[in-house]
Amino acid sequence: MNKTIEEHSKAASVFLEDAERAKWHDETLWFVRAKRDKAAHTLPEWEGLREAASKIKEHTLSKLDDYLLEFEAKAQANGITVHWADDAEEHNKIITHIIKKHNAKSVVKSKSMLTEECQLNHYLRDRNISVVDTDLGEYIVQLREEQPSHIVLPAIHLKKEDVSDTFYKHLQTEKGNKDEVYLTRAARTVLRNKFITADVAITGVNFAIAETGGIVICTNEGNADLGVHANKVHIACMGFEKIIPKAEHLSVFLRLLARSATGQPITTYSSHFHRPKEGQEMHIVIVNNGRTAQLGREEFRSSLKCIRCAACFNTCPVYRRSGGHSYHNSVAGPIGSILAPNLDMRKNADLPFASTLCGSCTNVCPVKINIHEQLWSWRQILMKEGYGGAAKKASMQAMAAVFSNSTVFKMSGKMGRKFMSWIPGLVNNKFNPWYKQRDMPEPPKESFNEWYRKNRKA
Amino acid sequence: MSSREKILADIKRNKPAEVAIPSFEFTATTYDNVVTKYMETLLGIGGNCNVVKDLTEVNKILSTLVKDQEVVIGISELGGYNASEYAFKDAAALEGVDTVVIEGNYAVAENASIWIPEKNMVNRMLPFICQHLIIVVNESDVVSNMHEAYARIKVDEDGYGAFIAGPFKTADIEQSLVIGAHGPLSLNVFIISADK
Amino acid sequence: MKVGLFIPCYVDQFYPQVAIATLQLLEKFGCTVEFPLNQTCCGQPMANAGFAYLTKGCDNNFIKNFTGYEYIVCPSGSCVLHVKEHLHGDNEPASAAVRNNVYELTEFLTDVLKVETINASFPHRVGMHTSCHGQRMLHLSSMSEKVEKPFSKAEQLLSHVKGLELLKTKRVDECCGFGGTFCVTEEAVSVSMGQDRVDEHLDNNIEYIVGGDMSCLMHLEGILKRKKSSVKVKHIAEILNAQ
Repeated sequence: MNKTIEEHSKAASVFLEDAERAKWHDETLWFVRAKRDKAAHTLPEWEGLREAASKIKEHTLSKLDDYLLEFEAKAQANGITVHWADDAEEHNKIITHIIKKHNAKSVVKSKSMLTEECQLNHYLRDRNISVVDTDLGEYIVQLREEQPSHIVLPAIHLKKEDVSDTFYKHLQTEKGNKDEVYLTRAARTVLRNKFITADVAITGVNFAIAETGGIVICTNEGNADLGVHANKVHIACMGFEKIIPKAEHLSVFLRLLARSATGQPITTYSSHFHRPKEGQEMHIVIVNNGRTAQLGREEFRSSLKCIRCAACFNTCPVYRRSGGHSYHNSVAGPIGSILAPNLDMRKNADLPFASTLCGSCTNVCPVKINIHEQLWSWRQILMKEGYGGAAKKASMQAMAAVFSNSTVFKMSGKMGRKFMSWIPGLVNNKFNPWYKQRDMPEPPKESFNEWYRKNRKA
Repeated sequence: MSSREKILADIKRNKPAEVAIPSFEFTATTYDNVVTKYMETLLGIGGNCNVVKDLTEVNKILSTLVKDQEVVIGISELGGYNASEYAFKDAAALEGVDTVVIEGNYAVAENASIWIPEKNMVNRMLPFICQHLIIVVNESDVVSNMHEAYARIKVDEDGYGAFIAGPFKTADIEQSLVIGAHGPLSLNVFIISADK
Repeated sequence: MKVGLFIPCYVDQFYPQVAIATLQLLEKFGCTVEFPLNQTCCGQPMANAGFAYLTKGCDNNFIKNFTGYEYIVCPSGSCVLHVKEHLHGDNEPASAAVRNNVYELTEFLTDVLKVETINASFPHRVGMHTSCHGQRMLHLSSMSEKVEKPFSKAEQLLSHVKGLELLKTKRVDECCGFGGTFCVTEEAVSVSMGQDRVDEHLDNNIEYIVGGDMSCLMHLEGILKRKKSSVKVKHIAEILNAQ
């Protein structure tokens, strides 16, 4: 599970070696993007909805402390215990404490990217607490001891045969049976039993409503509800940016979320939890883990508007052709590439470069985060801070010197062109990544500048 | 300083200047025939819908739908109301429930979801643990979109409530849609016609 | 109308015919075109690689060359975008004037010159490649992600070209994977993206791929050549200038 981190470009080239699978991955996610387009186009007010969602989130960020306090007070009045965790470690400790208090051994967990970010599963496993991820995709990757490769479609990097092999190994299904209904039913049987026999249910949070002190969880499988309702303890974990001011704002976000994510008009379940059921305990853990720092970075704070729909993943031509694991972060894709450097610049310095800056991510984002601009801005910070290495800086300095001076530029261009036409072998070799799978343009006899001097300036 | 105080202080220090709360500047799509639109949307997501005259008709259809199975009727006006027996049963005791019939408060045409507060469910487990779910809703309670729905409901009136749209589903295996990942394998909606 | 011609550095060096076509085209529409001889590069390759802080000298040189032109026209959406968003020389008012006066070629033709007829002929099957920076950031055409009225400045211009049959790919505006230094730092993904674009064009049985940015086209050309395909790339200026 703890594989060594490879730079995105290297991991991506490994991913692309299995050309057929890579093509499948690209086409499947493109299909999801196409469904998103179709869903968006059923609503003439789509762009207005995005604008409203963006504005609500901007407003919320500007009064975040007030709304968190309002939320806390209302939630407590609703009988919910509210905890605050400044980092991943504290988040994991709080949860462990609650579990231990109940002498619980077995936990069912529905999808929560925050618990992935905090590496909760490892933490609990090391303390002899068993956690079962109940979202089918997450369950599959958990059995394989992998990380989700996509925040909405966790097992999108796997094919039916992989799932079949995994279930054969862990659930004793028929060897080689890769019928998706058969496999889903097999998981259903196992997981329904887990729901019923667990002690504690952990969930994520999609939206936390300040005005009413409740939370909303959106799932298609209903696994969050099954887990919570079947158990005596419910722990919901949320990054503090999940807060929204009013219940009426849910109308905007729920119209956008599933349409952006999968093209569905809404998730199968949009569940509003305000008070624990009789005899149940409900906890909410509000987590920072670097978010206050991101809030303080003016250029990057709007990344906290994210509602984790993954539309930017599905539309990203780089993500589709490199797979989620190449991003070596709990949140992959374009949004992950602007969130990750905030957590660890050194480890994630490659991610803002895993993009062509095509801007499609920004266009699909339901809360209008300027993702591609933030990728650009992260590049500037990372290189200034020296994460690009000395060689890269030296070559850029050379380039800058050439472009600052027209005489040097004319020389170098001419030299470069001549170099290529005389000794193509020198440039067109395996050390030049351009030439590996592409040819170079035919160098012309003269530059435009030379032509212009001859033909027009005379 | 506690983490709570630290987080709040850091937010106060780092947050942007106040931005006003926006008013919605778009016109939400509405449908002339909300019931037709509702039925069309539900069909698209794997559910079934029937418009019936009244609850007697639901009764009639129910008797043909389920035989020799454990059925929970959660609507007191329907024959065989028995939900109160299930109010405090736990998950293990509910596992054998085949069909649950409950009332929905509002149905939303744009996405086929139906708002069901806890009091309609009797037991929060019921709509999730059953194999088949049947929801009954009045035609006059079918609305066009989520804005209309939220304007009519009070989200915290009950401790729990959910918009339910179609049977559970998953597409986690190669994006192939499978109906019934964990919960109900089918959803049937009865709309009680307003024309009496 | 006096126009300062801004030619991207790689066009100057590798595709002079595109610059010549741009010049001739603007002259055909009555512009007095000047090419400031000491221009080099807009600085985009450095800035997109994260080294915008090294581009001051480059920016100053650019501003020196283009100050005084009410219209600065360039046959590249990407370079224009960079100038518009990131040109910051030592003299801010001068920088702002340049940022404000720079136009991408098709945008200049449709919006400033309001070109309604073009005397050009190009009797071929041509595939349209939409470059991202021009499209998504300069808004030279509508975008498939957005719920908006469809339009395209390039297609509007090409519709006047006699004999030209314009064909679109299935994924109408997916990025080709050039992306500046991305094309070498992420070589595998870049090539995979380019190959997919090329394959979709080839499915349409086209003879040429047309676009508004030679950088994208250079990448696609490199792939086509490696495939030994007979399909060629053309900048839109070359086609609008074709007789």
